Amino acid sequence: MPNLSFSAPTSIDEAVKMLAGATGTAKPLSGGTDLLVQLRSGRLRPDLIVDTKRIPGMIGIREESDRFVIGAATPGVTVYDNKALTQAWPGIVEGMDLIGSEQIQGRASLAGNLCNASPAADSVPAVIAARATCVIAGPNGRREAPVEAIVVGPGRTSLQKGELIVEFHIPKPKPHQSDAYLRFIPRTEMDIAVVGCAVNVTLDSNGVCTDARVVLGAVAPTQVIVEDAAKALIGHRLDEPTLAALDAAAQRACKPITDKRGTIEYRTKVAGVLARRAAKIAFERAGAR
Amino acid sequence: MAKHHVSTTINGEPVEFLCEPQQTLLDVLRDELNLTGSKEGCSSGDCGACTVICDGRITCSCLMLGAEAEGRTIQTVEGIAQGDKLHPVQQKFLEHAALQCGFCTPGFIVAAKALLDENLNPTEEETRYWLAGNLCRCTGYDKIVRAVLDAAAVMRAEAGR
Repeated sequence: MPNLSFSAPTSIDEAVKMLAGATGTAKPLSGGTDLLVQLRSGRLRPDLIVDTKRIPGMIGIREESDRFVIGAATPGVTVYDNKALTQAWPGIVEGMDLIGSEQIQGRASLAGNLCNASPAADSVPAVIAARATCVIAGPNGRREAPVEAIVVGPGRTSLQKGELIVEFHIPKPKPHQSDAYLRFIPRTEMDIAVVGCAVNVTLDSNGVCTDARVVLGAVAPTQVIVEDAAKALIGHRLDEPTLAALDAAAQRACKPITDKRGTIEYRTKVAGVLARRAAKIAFERAGAR
Repeated sequence: MAKHHVSTTINGEPVEFLCEPQQTLLDVLRDELNLTGSKEGCSSGDCGACTVICDGRITCSCLMLGAEAEGRTIQTVEGIAQGDKLHPVQQKFLEHAALQCGFCTPGFIVAAKALLDENLNPTEEETRYWLAGNLCRCTGYDKIVRAVLDAAAVMRAEAGR
């Protein structure tokens, strides 16, 4: 670490140039709540840290006609203080809000939680369920990618050298569309998900589901979009046979590991239970709109 | 590697310091500025013993680089009392004996002060959630929560006058 450099550029172009031109490992820094822990433990030995927080637009939430634009380094407190976003996507805000303590919430960001690439990242499933995209800046200009394309395995992302996420685009909900995110931990606060589940549904005026996305966290190397769970919901009201089909589909999609937080069998069972509960909340919210 | 020159505001005073890129704000406070009130517990953002207020938000100073403090406004436990007059949170921690070994106390004081800056009438539940990022192995938390709620009552009474 004696060769570590730190820089705090004020434009995206500058940040990309630094990240792309660095010899060795270069890491963008937003809240640092994962990066600094890895730096301290020696698990990560970067040669360059580029603080992104002084770049205009990297922190903050902007509302456009058909979407929310969230700066990549926007911390949790700014997410849940935003009334329009909380109203539109309570599940996304719940996911972000579940991460860490008040101290962590002041710093931890959506892009950091995503790019840390933990299968248990709480803010990620609901963002994927809302079909959000992210804008990535890099040496070859900008590109847009669905959020689910970023994490490719534990601790690994699809971002190339010199690339960083600049902002997230989250479409606004359609009529009768809403979401929910639930995570299971053995206590009430300050723990890492055993299972996380986001459900995003659109209903017709009779309460029948017309579109759905179900995303599980912490049950596979990456977040999992459970197509069969969405199929179980679409065309149905939330009756017991539908819930049972959803539960079974969620369980089938699990490829978890056994660790100190839970066994394979336990995680699989809990994934089904959380899918049921999150679906109930999402249907209630969507129906109330 | 060149040291970073950082200009910042700590406890209301302009402060300049030099730091290595990998030094955390906590390292700088304790080792460069002799502000040893902020404690190093876990160094991973779990225990809250190093809590400071940065631009109005509590943060773990072990999870922030010293170089990031450029242009920010930092408050540490050393800046909570007004001269010889203890902040109500500090006074009530004494009266309720809301500490035993005392290692976690500075972090709790800073976090509780920030809570009461935002909300003079927190419920017990809100207080417990707010303080969930501060760990104490001695007290069992109850005395700490009572002290904070009592400090809030004192501050409400003062504000009402």
